[in-house]
Amino acid sequence: MRRAEILTAIFLALISAYLMWKSGEGPEWDTEYVRWSNIGVNIDGSGPGKGFWPFYLALGMLISTIWIIVNAIRRQSPPSQSDEPFMDGYAKKMLLFVGGGLIAFLVLIDLISMYAAIAVFMLYYMLFLGRHPLLLSVVTSLVVPFWLYLFFDILMTKVQPKGTRWIEDTIYNPAGEFFRGQSLVMLLVFFAVSGAILAFSARASRQ
Amino acid sequence: MEIVEALSQGIWIALQPHNLGLAVIGVVVGLFVGALPGLGSVNGVAILLPFTFVINSATADPASPMIFLAAIYYGAMYGGAISSITLGIPGASTAVATTFDGRPMALKGEADRALVTAAVASFIGGTVATLFFTGFAPFLSSVALDFGNPEIFALMLLAFATFIGLGGDDIPKTLFSICFGLLLATVGFDQISGEPRLVFMNEREQLAVLETFGVANADESVPFFNSVGWFSRGIQFLVLAIGVYGIGEMIWTINASRYKITMTETEISFARIMRGIIGMKDAWKGTTIGSLLGFFVGILPAAGATPGSLMSYGVTKMISRDPKSYGQGNPDGVAAPEAANNSASTGAMLPMMTLGIPGSPTTAVLLAGMVIWGLEPGPRLFEDRPEFVWPLIGSFYISNIIAVLVNLAFIPLFLWVLRMPFTILAPVIFVLSIIGTYAAYDNMYDVWLMVLFGIGAYLLRILDYPLAPAVLAVVLGATAEEKLRQALLLSDGNFEVFYNPFFDRDGKGQEWWIAPVTTWIALILIALPIILWGVRKLRGAPRPTTE
Amino acid sequence: MTLIKTLSMGVAALSMAFTATAASAFEPSKPIDFVIMAGKGGGADKMARLMQSIVEKEGLASKPLVPTNKSGGSGAEALSYMNGVNDPDHTIMVTLNSFFTTPLRQPGLKVDIMEFAPVGRMAEDTFLLWVHKDEGIADFDAFLAEAKKRGNKWVMGGTGKNSEDNIITDFLNNNYDLEIKYIPYKGGGAVAKDLAGKQIQSSVNNPSEALGFFESGDVIPLVAFTDDRLPMFPEVPTLKELGGDFSYFMQRSVVGAPGMSAEAAAYYTQLFRGVYKSADWQKYKSDKSLMGEFMSQLDLADYWDTQRTRHTTILKASGAIK
Repeated sequence: MRRAEILTAIFLALISAYLMWKSGEGPEWDTEYVRWSNIGVNIDGSGPGKGFWPFYLALGMLISTIWIIVNAIRRQSPPSQSDEPFMDGYAKKMLLFVGGGLIAFLVLIDLISMYAAIAVFMLYYMLFLGRHPLLLSVVTSLVVPFWLYLFFDILMTKVQPKGTRWIEDTIYNPAGEFFRGQSLVMLLVFFAVSGAILAFSARASRQ
Repeated sequence: MEIVEALSQGIWIALQPHNLGLAVIGVVVGLFVGALPGLGSVNGVAILLPFTFVINSATADPASPMIFLAAIYYGAMYGGAISSITLGIPGASTAVATTFDGRPMALKGEADRALVTAAVASFIGGTVATLFFTGFAPFLSSVALDFGNPEIFALMLLAFATFIGLGGDDIPKTLFSICFGLLLATVGFDQISGEPRLVFMNEREQLAVLETFGVANADESVPFFNSVGWFSRGIQFLVLAIGVYGIGEMIWTINASRYKITMTETEISFARIMRGIIGMKDAWKGTTIGSLLGFFVGILPAAGATPGSLMSYGVTKMISRDPKSYGQGNPDGVAAPEAANNSASTGAMLPMMTLGIPGSPTTAVLLAGMVIWGLEPGPRLFEDRPEFVWPLIGSFYISNIIAVLVNLAFIPLFLWVLRMPFTILAPVIFVLSIIGTYAAYDNMYDVWLMVLFGIGAYLLRILDYPLAPAVLAVVLGATAEEKLRQALLLSDGNFEVFYNPFFDRDGKGQEWWIAPVTTWIALILIALPIILWGVRKLRGAPRPTTE
Repeated sequence: MTLIKTLSMGVAALSMAFTATAASAFEPSKPIDFVIMAGKGGGADKMARLMQSIVEKEGLASKPLVPTNKSGGSGAEALSYMNGVNDPDHTIMVTLNSFFTTPLRQPGLKVDIMEFAPVGRMAEDTFLLWVHKDEGIADFDAFLAEAKKRGNKWVMGGTGKNSEDNIITDFLNNNYDLEIKYIPYKGGGAVAKDLAGKQIQSSVNNPSEALGFFESGDVIPLVAFTDDRLPMFPEVPTLKELGGDFSYFMQRSVVGAPGMSAEAAAYYTQLFRGVYKSADWQKYKSDKSLMGEFMSQLDLADYWDTQRTRHTTILKASGAIK
């Protein structure tokens, strides 16, 4: 873990140095601009420039990363005293499956809409990582996005991505038409009925 | 005694069936809106604002729409604690500090106690604040006027001073975390010069990249490619907060527990809730500090409930005899921020009503609401529109009582969430993180950034980097920088404006005491741990290590 | 991936063509995306939410307006969002003067405001010069004398850099030989409060922002940057009366996304004309001392063109653009 501690700190130090350099940038259109002329505290009588605050913060980051490296070399921080590996086999595999699943989820949102992507992700997670019975997994991964749809899109009118125009026109627009036309009581009935189906399938899977 | 009479009349109007009904509905809606990450009180109030027109035409009472919206605001403040405790994701910035101890309590199987503590502390905070509000509104609004740019920055400095205690023993890592958070807040368009900075790719470069991959313009139907701007949008608070807590911390918990985790073991019963309420006596310190400090910070414009809840947590921890127990599930650590955020949200109504300045985004929307109904916020509101002001204040008392009862009644439902197997709860939390981030900012770029931050946070978490200071620094960063630069612009770059009461600000030779006093307290608070650390080192005492 | 999308877009285009022939007049088929070019709680936001409430209350539209705030970069975020939106017929935006200045200051955005559909101008906001009553200044001349005496210790607060307030301050500095220091704030409300708290010495707030403190007697208006005296402040002279050749307004307009069909634009113009005529809007307009008649379509496009030329001149003079 000590090696990971030092390498991470070096990486962060490089980022800090880059940010210091980046803070000194001027406006794009100004070709005569000299780097770092915007970090002063009173430029042309109009107070600190736009680079002032970020520059000194990045400097603060750089100083603290150097401090971290010194501590790690002298074995004074807990991670640098530990002999455990930075990530063991389980952690690596888990990060790959969970993190990879999340990235795939995000890609799917753009392609097939938020709610369909939620269904796919829930199904993947419950079947593949959670090893739940098929029935429960399928029902959960349909009911959860349905609830979220009713809550976000219909009740709160917080409209989520709908994928391609085709998906939006053929599925979501008619669905929106239908659900927005319902009274609040009917919507609660939809909530409850789908909840009952979920509870039923959970009971069925437990037996 | 004039006040007592006006108030009792106000409470009477607030108790009329139509107002009472609206308060109940508002609290319940707010509770759910607040409990779901990403929505929060701002969206709840903004979305339901047009609905109040229906109310306005149905009842002739000018206070009714505002009573409804204020009830949503209250409900959401109570609800924010619920997702912090049960899911570990702070739904709003005001509930970040609640996660520090609320989440560990839930992991220890004390979720019910944490929820009860949060509810009761919120109630006390809200009620104490309402009492102050009733008694001293005109005086307090004149105090708020004395806080100009240097004063607000000094206050921010004080908030950062209490941060130092949040990070644990590793001082350089805490420092890194604070600077990193503040720096993230600077990304995007600079508020003062209006120029982009640290955006890494301007629109033209971004289009060039998209064209290289052949995805520009052709893919208009794909939202991600539409989110032109990327970093120039800035890095929003919830992006980091949900990333760190909803993704990073979650992956860390999965790895540490291997999914073998149960968060509540027993059925919830009335007796357990009662025991939780009685257990509040262990959290009196946090509740008291939170109620008082939260209110004071809340009434200052531009500060709002987040620094209030944070400073209360920091101060409670600082004066505790056992600071090490914080972050491990100390009820005081739940009570302090929850009492504070409710107290502060009542406090924030004060500058909104008497100065027309919203102290938080939610009060900004409430302000818009008042304008729509033809109520002019300002110093004369109390005299000109008593028929509006007093029923509203009366409803603060009533709404607090309703909110604590509704909240306690819903606790079994929230605990039901925790009884789900972790392999179902985990993906649900991921899904809520993603849909919540999108709902908050309507932008896929923010969602991607949130997930990437989450994975990065997980890696840093393994190496013991404290990330809470970074999350909080993002919230306060923009205000801190704005006030620092406005103050330095005022003083022509002279830092004396912060610490020297005799510094001449306006060419009239006045003395200014508030900023210097605040600054000196903050500096002492920052210096204290370092001095103590130095003393310990000189005496040759062994440095504290975990192993 | 591209194939699927091309196909689906083709299908969408077909179905749209079909519906277009079926009904000649435009009706929204889904909730209307109502973009606000400013943050929650500002003047533009308040006004947008008022418009939304009026639409709701009077039942003017068959589908709801869904407000989204896109405040990043003085409206740059909102403008580039509008530019790339995939359904222009259901996307409208509330704008202010950053609609003119932001594209000028950031050519990288590739935004041409003349491509936006001119739906309707709802009002023009006005500007006045305000000072605290304790300064003991009664008129514009006294203001000039005092500000000159204090040089750069005289501070003007305003909303944002190179914004409307900054433009007016620059005008005062350049034409009356002053050295007023301009401090940019995030919103007009914060400026009004700091003026009332004597943290700054003057402001050029809109009436709606300063009204509360005016009524309580904390701040007083000295001069109006309008063509005629405002009905709400009959005592306050205009700058033109005092010999200055300058007036400045802020537009409050609703625009449609670039690429909006003519039928849709006509529909929204009709919708917002209805909002403009409503009693609520008229009351708000007179309460907040707003000016300007309803303006739409070609008239509005002409107005934009004039304003853009004017802002180019102003920004060049202040050195914000080259």
